[in-house]
Amino acid sequence: MTYIAKPRLIHPGLRKNKLGLTVRDYEGALSTLCAGCGHDSVTTGIIQAFHELDTPPHRVVKLSGIGCSSKTPTYFLRDAHGFNAAHGRMPSIATGASAANKQLTYIGISGDGDSLSIGLGQLAHAIRRNLDMLYVIENNGVYGLTKGQFSASADLGSKSKRGEANSYGAIDPVSLALSLGATFIARSFSGDKRQLVSILKAAIAHKGFALVDVISPCVTFNDHEGSTKSYRYTREHLTEIVHSDFVPLKEEITVDYEAGGAAAVTMHDGSVLLFTKVAEGYDPSSREAVFSYLMKHQASGKIPTGILYVDESGKDMHELNRTAETPLSEVGFETLCPGSAKLDELMDDFR
Amino acid sequence: MDNVKVDRINEFAFKIANTNGTGSASANGLIMQAIFRMGVPVSGKNLFPSNIQGLPTWYEIRVNKDGHTARTPAFDLIVAMNAETYARDIQELQPGGYLLYDSTWPLNPALKREDVHFLGVPLAQMSRDSFDKPREQILMKNIAYAGVLAALLDIDTKVIDQLLEEKYGAKQAMMKSNHLAFKLGYEYAQKNFKCPLPFHLKAMDATRDAILIDGNTALALGCVYAGATVAAWYPITPSTSLMDAFKGFCHRFRENKETGENNYCILQAEDELAAIGMVIGAGWSGARSFTCTSGPGISLMSELIGLAYYAEIPAVLVDVQRTGPSTGMPTRTQQGDILTCAYASHGDTKHILLFPANPEECFYFAAHAFDLAERFQTPVFIVSDLDIGMNDWLCPRLKWDDSYKPDRGRVLSADQLEKMEKFLRYSDEDQDGVTSRTFPGVHPKGAYFTRGSGHNKFGRYTELPHEYQEVVDRLSRKHAAAAKYAPAPIVHTEEGATVGVVSLGGCDGGVREAIEELKKQGIICDYLRVRAFPFADSVETFLRAHTKNFVIEQNRDGQLRTLLMAETGIEKERLKSLLAYGGFPLSSHHVVDGIRQQLGSQS
Repeated sequence: MTYIAKPRLIHPGLRKNKLGLTVRDYEGALSTLCAGCGHDSVTTGIIQAFHELDTPPHRVVKLSGIGCSSKTPTYFLRDAHGFNAAHGRMPSIATGASAANKQLTYIGISGDGDSLSIGLGQLAHAIRRNLDMLYVIENNGVYGLTKGQFSASADLGSKSKRGEANSYGAIDPVSLALSLGATFIARSFSGDKRQLVSILKAAIAHKGFALVDVISPCVTFNDHEGSTKSYRYTREHLTEIVHSDFVPLKEEITVDYEAGGAAAVTMHDGSVLLFTKVAEGYDPSSREAVFSYLMKHQASGKIPTGILYVDESGKDMHELNRTAETPLSEVGFETLCPGSAKLDELMDDFR
Repeated sequence: MDNVKVDRINEFAFKIANTNGTGSASANGLIMQAIFRMGVPVSGKNLFPSNIQGLPTWYEIRVNKDGHTARTPAFDLIVAMNAETYARDIQELQPGGYLLYDSTWPLNPALKREDVHFLGVPLAQMSRDSFDKPREQILMKNIAYAGVLAALLDIDTKVIDQLLEEKYGAKQAMMKSNHLAFKLGYEYAQKNFKCPLPFHLKAMDATRDAILIDGNTALALGCVYAGATVAAWYPITPSTSLMDAFKGFCHRFRENKETGENNYCILQAEDELAAIGMVIGAGWSGARSFTCTSGPGISLMSELIGLAYYAEIPAVLVDVQRTGPSTGMPTRTQQGDILTCAYASHGDTKHILLFPANPEECFYFAAHAFDLAERFQTPVFIVSDLDIGMNDWLCPRLKWDDSYKPDRGRVLSADQLEKMEKFLRYSDEDQDGVTSRTFPGVHPKGAYFTRGSGHNKFGRYTELPHEYQEVVDRLSRKHAAAAKYAPAPIVHTEEGATVGVVSLGGCDGGVREAIEELKKQGIICDYLRVRAFPFADSVETFLRAHTKNFVIEQNRDGQLRTLLMAETGIEKERLKSLLAYGGFPLSSHHVVDGIRQQLGSQS
């Protein structure tokens, strides 16, 4: 996590968004991850997504746990507050931060070790509370910083760099999130930037917990023959079963979509998620249908990608708690403290 | 046989032995509150099992005209409602004391003792004859013994009527049942026994400006007054009632009745690891936030307590201590978490601790704790215990100073940030070693990256020894600086004192009573009550002024003594431990006997 300042060279031809900011304004420090790491592509996708959404960088809070993936928040949105928490504990920190200020945009970056082993409990309960955040799992099936142990997302039989086969079944974040009642679930691949950016934008616009599982290969410890999380294996096995386009608020909908397979979901902020190509028999608005489709297709070895499930009607943590519109961190003390007269009155209850 | 002193007015103790889950709390509470309303100083200790229904439970009431409220183990009267504990209950009676039992059944052979009086009342029979429903028969049997006690102790029945009216005014059927049951017991006693007993009550005027309140409720109220908005917790005895009370007060004071919007957010977490994470996240984001827990929860929270310490994030933790180690005795009291809290988490960590002695201090320490946490940007522990937290204590009415302004510490506003060239999170320290912080979302210049990994004064990752040390050395200075802002120790000195007494927290009542008693016996003590860690300079000064200091606390290993030795550099020979750690609150006799014994064996 060495800090290397990135030179801010701004090419005059760079597109400016509605805030007058170029994509460089959404960058962070230089990455110190291995060359070719899938995580760096995810970082680029995040930068592009926020730039295209015209989000003021300082209104975003970026959080992470511990691991290679969790280093990445330093590499984007230098003007946003960042919190590199402890291993597996990012969801609780995000929950508290959101409780204090509901008006900011929260993005959490985690990995398969951070989310599916040490942090599985906190991830599950953040989903259960429908915490309003984008939660990215940069999934590579391996512990990189400790040099190559299998993680809980490694597939049964997948081979380690030393040739040893994994003897445990994988915990799949997508089916996990589905069963826990997550309101936005997607899977993508770090090597498919176009799809990833579109998914990230919809996930940010989603009100509630948005889980995006990104297969993000580890070039150093898990990109060899026999691994089921390598670039090659992923490319060969992924199938986009849901193709969607994210149309921001007030932008005219001009996308052509195939009749019959299309549907539009209006997001909380008024933007629209257009499902333009959906596999036959697939319905991203039905938890049951998605679950049974995924269960059925899991055996085939395919890796389904796209926005697999979305439900915009769920109440998020703040709605469930009826938290006031003004962030709790900004409510004045005179509003919060009942004062001496009320206390004196209350004291009579204790006589 | 009559060793019980005759005609003792407003100076006696009695206990009620019962089975938990039978609803005896309302009968016991009624008696306690009636005595309080008669203007007589009173205290109650609820000794309950870690169980829902069917295990022994005791409620002890001490009446003391001089205002001593510590637990006393010497009872003048016992209401024996639980056959399972007859044998040990009767042993706790003073010679010449009275035992009230349910004479629906013949006197149990376990209750034989030559030197006590037996008062049989057919409580179950009376209740069965007068009430139909089985549950009501059980509940009203308890109200019936309250009636017997009122006659025996000369409790003003007008006060009882008033209390029943206040409690059940809206529920006429309940009120009628309670009145009837009370009358059954009262009249039976009047008819069959010589009432009142030689020890009994007489109205006083000593509680006019007082309240009866438990520490958890008082602390919860303190958190509301301190402006806490985010609370995260995981249920654990004996801290649960604190969050229940906080929720109740928030419902009363923090809800917009028109819009239904809440100016608070209470999160019941999945475990203590998450609870403290939420508190830290909220504190980092600018809300006053806290958690309440007990020893096992502190163990679980220790990981992130270290993060908050190192990344400098305010958090308030209330540890309502119970008996450890491990699961220990969840419904018994102890002061066993002093060292755990002082140094919670791995690596070099050191925290600010506050030690309230009673519910009144619980209330006032809440605002103190939040002020310290925000001023010093660090976790602050309010170290309470089960006895303070869950028992009703006689306290002065709580007051609030409307001129109080929360100390938010060094927080930069959008305007300040706008004018700055560059904000660096851990630079620009003040004389207390505190640096400026910013809240997310306020201004792009305020952004920084918070991390629990090694960082330098600019907030950037480092593995360089001097950069690392520069930060942790400042943290150490910052901790030391907190001493002058934390509640100062309370010191009582006496002309001619030969020994020093040092104690903390809930020991205070028993210690003060013991010091009075020892003075009558010719042993004069100075007394210092520690109220916070880091220790004020006056603590070491006090210890050095006495060649012999008795450190009185409720744990096996003398944790306060260890902390005093480690943090003041005082020679261990000057500090003698006096410990009570069986799980019951400290009594004055522990102190009187302990000091006499240690002085005797050395002279």
